[in-house]
Amino acid sequence: MTSLSITVNGRPVAAEIDPRTLLVQFLRDELRLTGSHVGCDTSQCGACTVHLDGRAVKSCTVLAVQAEGAQVLTVEGLAAGKALHPMQDAFREHHGLQCGFCTSGMIMAGIEIVNRHGFALDEHTVREALEGNLCRCTGYHNIVLAIIGGAEAMARLPGATPAAAG
Amino acid sequence: MFAFNYHRPDRIEEALMRARDSGDAKFLAGGQTLIPTLKQRLAAPGDLIDLGSIPGLAGIEVTPQAVTIGAMTRHADVAASPEIRRAVPALAELAGLIGDPAVRNRGTLGGSVANNDPSADYPAACLALGATIRTDRRALPAEAFFCGLFETALEEDEIVTAVSFPVPAAAAYRKFANPASRYAMAGAFVARAGEGVRVAITGAGQDGVFRWIDAEEALTAVFAPTALDGLALSADDMIADMHGDGAYRAHLAAVMTRRAVAALAAG
Repeated sequence: MTSLSITVNGRPVAAEIDPRTLLVQFLRDELRLTGSHVGCDTSQCGACTVHLDGRAVKSCTVLAVQAEGAQVLTVEGLAAGKALHPMQDAFREHHGLQCGFCTSGMIMAGIEIVNRHGFALDEHTVREALEGNLCRCTGYHNIVLAIIGGAEAMARLPGATPAAAG
Repeated sequence: MFAFNYHRPDRIEEALMRARDSGDAKFLAGGQTLIPTLKQRLAAPGDLIDLGSIPGLAGIEVTPQAVTIGAMTRHADVAASPEIRRAVPALAELAGLIGDPAVRNRGTLGGSVANNDPSADYPAACLALGATIRTDRRALPAEAFFCGLFETALEEDEIVTAVSFPVPAAAAYRKFANPASRYAMAGAFVARAGEGVRVAITGAGQDGVFRWIDAEEALTAVFAPTALDGLALSADDMIADMHGDGAYRAHLAAVMTRRAVAALAAG
């Protein structure tokens, strides 16, 4: 067993874990944060995307122990109370989902796209940057619209700068 | 995943000591290849030594002569580096073509060269630019470092610390990515330096990355895509798998080389 201390959605967490535990297993099975999904389990689909120290990673391909001391942000940490994060709200507004399985990963990837590319996104940039997030319903059209709309809404947040958006 | 003992040393000396004591250890860099390999039980190290807490292994230094990149530098940081984009844009572009954005946020240069996957991107840049691979104990030219499929000159307990790429007069990388994995089905890195041209092919050769000497000689004489007319790689030496046979890859490698040359010839 290895001891682990990380911060998840702003909350410090300490645990003794088997070092084989994947970050996504730790989030889902230990912390019961089941918003991050295991789709392919081979780092292709992106349904498990979370932010590790502000950067999108595939949590099925990170050991939990590698996150020691880090800040982890999952989809559960986005909303402020009952107010959805603008990117979450944009997915609702644009109906950026069909079955919903890929949605949390898409939202986390979408926020990183804004962090990297800014608030004014074009369709080509979003489609290129989503190459690691798969939607088996093939509902990309509205997902892309949602991310572009979410980016615009994030720009209207008080004190918005791309680096602080995630 | 089989069980392993996990270590996170904060000094390279401690990492080396752990590896020597274990005799059955693997070093963990970004983990974008090693963790899937462990998950598939294709590797079962007794000890996993995480290099993520050792200071000084990540970073980018650019001089007029060379771009030196620390082994733990993430692909995303190489792709986004304004200094590298100015000095060797092809290198930043190559880093931005690896995997997908989330993979690039974790994957490292050192992990890529130490693994020497025959379809990885960085080995082509190393070979074409004549890079030097630095380890905890020595410096090796790329040609002596890459020794065939997933094989390198590294000792079991040796750690890559940085790679130094001489700045070329011009360079271009073109790759045809597998649509699912984003690994190269064939990739060509073409570099001009001094009077010479170097061409390195990845994704295609059965023995991993290699220099296409015939193409180099033809392009040194005349630097134009047409200089490659009549030249062909042997299909028998190429990888043949469910994604494409040897003849397909031999052809694709030549097409990628032509595209890289065309991009450079167009200025």
